[in-house]
Amino acid sequence: MDEIIAILSSLHPEIDAASCEELADGGVIDSFDIVSIIAEVRERFDVTLTAAHILPEHFNSARALWALVEGLMD
Amino acid sequence: MLFTSYTFLLFLAVVLTACWLCPPRFRWRLTLAASVVFYAWLGWSSLAYLAVTVALAYVAGRLMGRLHAQREAFLSASADRPREERRAYSKRNEAARRRVLAACLTLILGALLAVKYTAWAVGGANALFGTGLAAPRLLMPMGVSFFTFQTAGYLIDVYRGAVKAERGAARLALFCSFFPQMVQGPISRWGDLSQTLFSADKINSGDFFAGIQRIVLGFFKKLVIADRLLAAVRTVTADPETYHGAYAALGILLYAVTLYADFTGGIDIALGAARAMGVRLAENFDRPFAAASAAEYWRRWHITMGTWFRDYLFYPLSASRPLTRLSRWARGKNAAAGRRVPVYAATLTVWLATGAWHGASWNFWVWGLANGLVIVLSEECAPLYKRFHARFGLGKTAAYRAFAVVRTFCLMSLIRSLDIYDGVGTTFRAIGSIVTRFDAGNVINGGFSALGLTAGDAAVAAGAVLVLLVWGRRGRDGTRETSAALQTALTLALLMVTLVFGAYGPGYDAGQFIYNRF
Repeated sequence: MDEIIAILSSLHPEIDAASCEELADGGVIDSFDIVSIIAEVRERFDVTLTAAHILPEHFNSARALWALVEGLMD
Repeated sequence: MLFTSYTFLLFLAVVLTACWLCPPRFRWRLTLAASVVFYAWLGWSSLAYLAVTVALAYVAGRLMGRLHAQREAFLSASADRPREERRAYSKRNEAARRRVLAACLTLILGALLAVKYTAWAVGGANALFGTGLAAPRLLMPMGVSFFTFQTAGYLIDVYRGAVKAERGAARLALFCSFFPQMVQGPISRWGDLSQTLFSADKINSGDFFAGIQRIVLGFFKKLVIADRLLAAVRTVTADPETYHGAYAALGILLYAVTLYADFTGGIDIALGAARAMGVRLAENFDRPFAAASAAEYWRRWHITMGTWFRDYLFYPLSASRPLTRLSRWARGKNAAAGRRVPVYAATLTVWLATGAWHGASWNFWVWGLANGLVIVLSEECAPLYKRFHARFGLGKTAAYRAFAVVRTFCLMSLIRSLDIYDGVGTTFRAIGSIVTRFDAGNVINGGFSALGLTAGDAAVAAGAVLVLLVWGRRGRDGTRETSAALQTALTLALLMVTLVFGAYGPGYDAGQFIYNRF
């Protein structure tokens, strides 16, 4: 979870990545960020996110993204 | 067997009747038999090529399916083991699946490259080195790019675990060879198409008649508009020295209408034929000429190809290790540039690949590069546009939207002209002549007759485009909020118009669909 927060914070230092619940729906992250997040997740967790995983609900918060990554790690 | 041939109409009538009459649980087998006959009609060697592609996909799919099953079994039997050990096993399993996928994709995509590019490569080598090598005559099965990509998509989905490997070879063969989509797509996904392709439900009469209506609409577009205007487009592009300036502009404009009517007409026939058999294919268009930007245009035109490249090439490429390293390096220099680098590099690569997919010609490479550059530049200029719109209050006005739609139509039409001129230089000279030697008097004096179109042809084409605009307002499949009686009346009227004004019969050479060559 901490690493996910670190990824989001590095992309958007101006937000509180740990508590924000509307990263995608609120327009905080855009398509460029999504690609960066996919790349960082692959590098740090060795998990590949595909187009099927790119849904707003997975990218709205650090918690939701971590749940997705953790599920794929298992 | 062209969609526009009497043979196809007879074939389709027999298949639809048989599908309607046969017990629903046998329908997919009947559809497979029809697909084999359809493809065998094109030549036994084409059928053999397709059969080998299916066989390779079946074997590779089953191997990957078995690896998935082994992984599942290991993970469920080792729930109490350390996570690292379980992950290590999963990684080894994934690497084995990747080897199977890579081997199969190398074979089927390698074969696609060979049939499409060998003659071009030999010609290029001869021009470069002054050699006189003879290009081998290779088979070019109809729709090879479409069924190869559809099969490749199935394999990647099985590798990822997004779908289960199909155990029935005949069912996979039907997915890869379903005859309505063999000519020019759409490119279907196993997860979507298999939902209705193997359905054992009785064909719904509403679906059947909606399918017939869609087929009639497709023939109307193809025979009344596309085949009527294509001759004029060819006249302009075959002799760019004579037909320059305003004629070039007119030819490029007519080609936009022609290609739209031709491609969407073919897709209407494909979707209609499938629907009349109880099968739902993915929509491939969503009013592309209403797009207000190049990116939006490509979300509306040839949708299934765009999503294929997005899901199977763009995302994996943009998140690949080399581009991630490049992005991190660039982010160290400039944060904003760092996040753009992988997206732009992947965008340009995808567009070059899309150009290459369309055909072996420098025109298509330049076409792909031009589309990629326009999309990247539009993205880079987006903040500038935003400030400009805010400053002058333009962004959300209907007038500005109309301007953006016209601008996009013109821009995409200019890029699309690379399809029709012989050579990149010729295309650019023709576009340049619109600016330097417009000379509208040529067209006003010569009129359409100089292009081989009578005043009647021009009036019929214009009227048909108007009908399409009105038809389009009734909903995408032409059935929204309309009673059955009115639907039937409109379809019969459209059929009558097609029979009276369509370009077919003695004296006409019913043209191939333009997208057949891809």
